[in-house]
Amino acid sequence: MDYAFFQEYWWFLVSLLGALLVFLFFVQGGQSLLYTIGKTEEERTMLVNSLGRKWEYTFTTLVTFGGGFFASFPLFYSTSFGGAYWPWMLILLCFVMQAVSYELRQKKGNFLGHTTYEVFLVLNGFIGLLLFGTAVGTFFTGSEFLVNKENITQLSMPVISTWQNPWHGLEAAFSIRNLLLGLAIFFLARVLGSLYFINNIHNTNINNRSRKQVLINAIPFLVTFLTFFIWTLCAKGFAVKPETGEVYMQAGKYFFNFIQMPVVGIMMLLGVVSLLYGIGVGVFSSKSTKGIWFAGLGTVLAVLSLLLILGYNNTSFYPSVSDLQSSLTIRNSSSSLFTLKAMSIVSLFIPFVLAYIFYAWYLMDKKKIDNKEMQNENNAQY
Amino acid sequence: METLDLSVIDWSRAQFALTAMDHWIFVPLTLSLGFIMAIMETIYYRTGKAEWKTMTKFWMRLFATNFALGVAGGLILEFQFGTNWSNYSWLVGDIFGAPLAIEGIMAFFLESTFFVVMFFGWNKVGKRFHLAATWLTWFGATLSALWILVANAWMQYPTGTAFNVDTVRSEMTDFWAVLFSPMAMSKFFHTVTSSWIVGSAFVIGVCAWYLLKKRNIEFAHKSIKIAAVFGLAGILLAMFTGDSSAYQVAQKQPMKLAAMEGLYNGHNGEGLVAVGILNPSKKVYNDSTDAFLFKITIPKTLSYLSYRDFNAFVPGVKDILDGGYLETKADGQAVKPITTDEKIVFGQMAQSALQNFKKAQRDKNDSLMTVNKAVFAATSPYYGYGFVKDKKQLIPNVALTFYSFRFMIIFGGFFLLYFIFLLIIRRKIENMKWLQYIAMWSIPLAYLTSFSGWIVAEVGRQPWAIQDLLPTFAAVSKVPVGSIQTTFAIFVVIFIILFIAMVGVMTNEIRKGPEHIK
Repeated sequence: MDYAFFQEYWWFLVSLLGALLVFLFFVQGGQSLLYTIGKTEEERTMLVNSLGRKWEYTFTTLVTFGGGFFASFPLFYSTSFGGAYWPWMLILLCFVMQAVSYELRQKKGNFLGHTTYEVFLVLNGFIGLLLFGTAVGTFFTGSEFLVNKENITQLSMPVISTWQNPWHGLEAAFSIRNLLLGLAIFFLARVLGSLYFINNIHNTNINNRSRKQVLINAIPFLVTFLTFFIWTLCAKGFAVKPETGEVYMQAGKYFFNFIQMPVVGIMMLLGVVSLLYGIGVGVFSSKSTKGIWFAGLGTVLAVLSLLLILGYNNTSFYPSVSDLQSSLTIRNSSSSLFTLKAMSIVSLFIPFVLAYIFYAWYLMDKKKIDNKEMQNENNAQY
Repeated sequence: METLDLSVIDWSRAQFALTAMDHWIFVPLTLSLGFIMAIMETIYYRTGKAEWKTMTKFWMRLFATNFALGVAGGLILEFQFGTNWSNYSWLVGDIFGAPLAIEGIMAFFLESTFFVVMFFGWNKVGKRFHLAATWLTWFGATLSALWILVANAWMQYPTGTAFNVDTVRSEMTDFWAVLFSPMAMSKFFHTVTSSWIVGSAFVIGVCAWYLLKKRNIEFAHKSIKIAAVFGLAGILLAMFTGDSSAYQVAQKQPMKLAAMEGLYNGHNGEGLVAVGILNPSKKVYNDSTDAFLFKITIPKTLSYLSYRDFNAFVPGVKDILDGGYLETKADGQAVKPITTDEKIVFGQMAQSALQNFKKAQRDKNDSLMTVNKAVFAATSPYYGYGFVKDKKQLIPNVALTFYSFRFMIIFGGFFLLYFIFLLIIRRKIENMKWLQYIAMWSIPLAYLTSFSGWIVAEVGRQPWAIQDLLPTFAAVSKVPVGSIQTTFAIFVVIFIILFIAMVGVMTNEIRKGPEHIK
């Protein structure tokens, strides 16, 4: 197992964390539907408590996604976070406000009042996801930065990665393709959130409204996602010459990545089919509550494949349009072989972590949330 | 030529200090109250008495509010290494990133998964599984402290690493050296055990309020008993680990030690300053002004604590900067340490060797590459000194470090006596109104003592982001200063609001009291 293997292994793990994160955005999607599905105070309390038992998974996955990226591809951490300062900061702020809102919403003495914290939850659902998706869009469309490691010897300006656009990342929102991905992730999360409510809450009104929301959000999701996807397959991509590491533009790069890595292509197809099936279960079945699992699995597979074609097969996963040769690849931005190896040993814990998460989830969700449970103040903490 | 706006460094530091301090409001209570709750639930599990369940649930509610706010601030801290310390992320990410990722994989999921079971699972899982969840929540929190403190200790004492000229960064060469460095171990144990004091003071303070109001008397006595024992264990261990922490500082960060003691001119058999007032008119490190207006020292103690030898020489600020003394090594040998001026020259040599190496690499000039690589290898331990323009920059804020250290020691001593006293008088506290007031005021005091420890550790490390390797100046991101000022202002507002909300919610829970728990 050589350096390249470990770089690819860690790109896979980071991509998997990213894919799980997008699935877990059902929490944010659900939050954005708080007032749409929850028409009464009691219904909203059910929604918030239902999501409140899951939000930490999303949050922790986000933190681990960050930590994993830092440990395995530190040049990305350095370049993107330090350059696209504003979108990342705004995303963080959205998540900070979310983290406290569950706990503080119902509590007396919470200073800002009940509704404010609900608004924070809704805003996290809207802005947080839109910004996140738009920021990830730049992985396909490129950003404006320079990387020059020799700057470290310049005493007057030792910073290695420098952003070239004065908007410091907000300019990503001026690109339609980035926005399309932002919107797609936003609508997908709302679909997943609705499917999660169907699965997690026993309440006829919530159930009916959630099923309606699956359809209402699935349509714009499919439109935005397919437009983004087809556009990306046809667009020029950021390819790398393996011998020299030189980055160049190649027409249809991402399309060829799917063809040249058929396993990833098949995974993408399976993902889309599973996602559509999950949506179908949500919309057309009046009884089944299992849509979230199919849609969730589909989301993980589809996002994982999209992220894999960004890093594998001689592709730049974080390209620079200011200077193609500053673009980041899994080869030029990774940690040392020693660190990747050490971290790989730690990664053997991941199946164990997943196992206890599934077990705890199963135990906690055996009985679904209902009106009766919410009437006991001790159960309706959020 | 492009230059870096120097105020970017100050604002980046201010923002990091702000977010770290905010985070530290919540962490010590998580580390300690988690343990206290787990003890209470264990008693409930063993005895089956409902009062212990109520007690566990009551403290758990306060824990939950504190936990949520701590989690929120932690997110900013993690990503801030990228947003505001972009150079740092690349230059030392190979070492520093690993503990952060491990923290996520091994600790955060454990903490968050079992927090949900602990908080909502009373009627959903078995008694034994619930107890396990409570312990695992505490264990996850403590494990996360281990990894982040390993990362922090590495900033104080960068071991197990080597600079790679090809990739232009420091890279990990020995994982175990990073994990088990003596600095990491003493930092972890000192931070965790000193946090126990905070949680104990918190529980006792809240119970003292009940006693003052003459309500929940039995609840208060039982909680105080557990907290006082736990607090005493905490302070005793913190004293022990504090001693080893200070010893590590003396060995690895002599400048920090000099600042902690306000020591400019070192001597053999140096005394520890018990109390002292620094002389504000001392402006320059090598002038003849006395550093103190007043001080009481404990003879020879500093030498002993620093080198385990009553007559050892402890270098002061002037000695470290100007040289001319003999340093006693661990094996008892006296050697003349390299002076700061020499370190700066070596640092500059390392910088230009790196520059020349990169140029030779571009020109494909193998012989020049070999020569410069060799020069770099010989001078690289002082690489960071190449950024230093004036050696006075190497002196941290002496007054802040000195007074924070005194504050921590003096009030650490107070807490030792406090917990012992509480264990001696036991139920008599019920009639001692003055002690009840002291107990309530001990809550903020415990926090301030904990904060002062961090101020010593982090202000004393300045100007280094990574001791001797990377000064803060070379670690920042190139972000417009206006952007950092804006995010700083946003954080200030958010933190104040959330702090008010937390105090409001907790006060309300405390007022409602355990009788409210079903």
